[in-house]
Amino acid sequence: MPEHTPTLAVEDLRTVFRSKAGDVAAVDGVSFSVDRGEVLGLVGESGSGKSVTGFSIIGLVDPPGRVAGGRVLYKGRDLAGLSEARMRALRGREIAMIFQDPMMTLNPVLRIDTQMIEAIRAHERVSEKAARARCRDALGRVGIPAPDERLTAYPHQFSGGMRQRVAIAIALLNAPDLIIADEPTTALDVTVQAQILYEVQALCRDTGTALIWITHDLAVVAGLADRIAVMYAGKVVETGSTDQVLDHPMHPYTHGLIGSVPSENRRGQRLSQIPGMTPSPLALPSGCAFRTRCPRADAACRQPPDMVERVPGHAARCFHPHLTGEAVEVPA
Amino acid sequence: MLVYFIRRLTQSVVVVFLMAAIVFLGVYAIGNPIDVLINPEADQAERAAAIARLGLDKPLWEQFGIFLGNALQGDLGTSFVHGTSALTLILDRFPATFELAVAAMLMAILVGIPLGVIAGLYPDRAVGRIIMGGSILGFSLPTFWVGLMLIMVFAVFLGWLPAAGRGDTVDLAGVPVSFLTWDGLSHLFLPALNLALFKTSLVIRLARAGTREVMLQDYIKFARAKGLTKRRVVGVHVMKNIMIPVVTVLGLELGSVIAFAVVTETVFAWPGIGKLLIDSIGNLDRPVVVAYLMLTVFLFIVINFAVDVLYSILDPRVRLSDTKG
Repeated sequence: MPEHTPTLAVEDLRTVFRSKAGDVAAVDGVSFSVDRGEVLGLVGESGSGKSVTGFSIIGLVDPPGRVAGGRVLYKGRDLAGLSEARMRALRGREIAMIFQDPMMTLNPVLRIDTQMIEAIRAHERVSEKAARARCRDALGRVGIPAPDERLTAYPHQFSGGMRQRVAIAIALLNAPDLIIADEPTTALDVTVQAQILYEVQALCRDTGTALIWITHDLAVVAGLADRIAVMYAGKVVETGSTDQVLDHPMHPYTHGLIGSVPSENRRGQRLSQIPGMTPSPLALPSGCAFRTRCPRADAACRQPPDMVERVPGHAARCFHPHLTGEAVEVPA
Repeated sequence: MLVYFIRRLTQSVVVVFLMAAIVFLGVYAIGNPIDVLINPEADQAERAAAIARLGLDKPLWEQFGIFLGNALQGDLGTSFVHGTSALTLILDRFPATFELAVAAMLMAILVGIPLGVIAGLYPDRAVGRIIMGGSILGFSLPTFWVGLMLIMVFAVFLGWLPAAGRGDTVDLAGVPVSFLTWDGLSHLFLPALNLALFKTSLVIRLARAGTREVMLQDYIKFARAKGLTKRRVVGVHVMKNIMIPVVTVLGLELGSVIAFAVVTETVFAWPGIGKLLIDSIGNLDRPVVVAYLMLTVFLFIVINFAVDVLYSILDPRVRLSDTKG
């Protein structure tokens, strides 16, 4: 059997932003991989560096930010070494991205057909007519009724949910092998959210597309992702299969996240919360960045912990992990 | 849309009427044309006859009433000096000014938009700073001085371009134009450049501000994530968005360029309406001044209206929302 190459392998990625106080790392040594047809949930609070990770992969980190280290291996090829022209050719064709706010991702003054057809013709020499037919099919696939008429409409004539479907249709146009979805359902109604999740999941399964789903919402990834990577302050603090991470979280931070989600079987009890706030990347605590908010922290946590795989496929960056066997207890 | 039209039309009528009153009174206040027009050695009888002939013996409100009545029939009065219809005088010179204004606007757009976009894309690089520095000069240098400098350099020292007049004209649909002959074009270039300088600076600033704002939008990042070339992102996605403020302001500016090309026309002896206005003010030729200002008001109203229509073409979101409320 030949050596297995995942669709995307991120190794020790480091993305920094220049500031008056020197370079600040928004993403600091992040590693993970996604396979063909696999859905990876990248979970974290606002400011944990998950969106910047997405932009780093696709090469759209704008100054003052820059990718300062690590490797992004797409099918074994390092994207960091690619010229801007080669990177452009890859974007949208092999790696597509869906953004958070559907009200902002479509250009308000261009018609839908213009914005879809250009996405095809940036990568292929096809006639306007053939491109239009593909756009119509793509709109139909994401559940937009009367796609022929909708093609000539402007974005403001669509609802938020419909616009996100259009954005997803655009991402799917060139049948990419990897889609990075940056909180694409956060701005939508719960019912629309469920529909879109279902559709995206089905599409990835059918086409074998690898999907990175960036979110802060554990409930969303619970039903969607095969594996989860939890990010905190620019680092991945826990990875594992969805069941492993959600049912037996090791890292106290993951623990806290799960405890703060309202749940059916804890009805009536007070929700727990993680004390304190996400630290500013300008003033991270030394050692483990979570130690100032962590109930288990002690002197050992002043040293930076390493990622340790304590259960096969399930790793955490912590000196005092909750190990399997311990029930998920919710602090009062 | 019909309601919108009617409301705009009503507003316009009110504006025209108010403007007529203000202009008429204002011109009345600046001096008595009889002192300028009549030979100082004329006797009382001749003087009285002249005053009666010009209708200046009637009370002011009656003069205004007569003026309004005539204006409604398209007659804005007869020039005291030339003895011909003031409107005809102005319309005869209008093509020259219009040609100059359009040439200046074209220069401002063709030079200003690319420079502004470049300055907006690279605000921290030397090229962006140089463009912005240049636009400050364009804003601050007085038009008459720049005009004189242009004449000195290009007409006197270098001798490349003529300093005054319109040059050879050819008739285009019965209207004499300069831009179709080499000689006319060479006469047109310097005054148009002079007039364009301020507008170019304005366009640069508008285009730069627009570009900087649009470049930060998610839809630009999304367009880049689609793998579009930079050329396409800037040329289509950015450009179409920044055209909205640029067209609005330029539309309004076209009116002011036509109406207030006075300085440039005077410096370059361009035979347009600006020069006619200056001469008429000098001669206290009231009907011409009034007719000029009335035409200017009319021009602004028409242009404002055209801008609104154009705006709705550029920005699809305006189309629906403007019909109500």
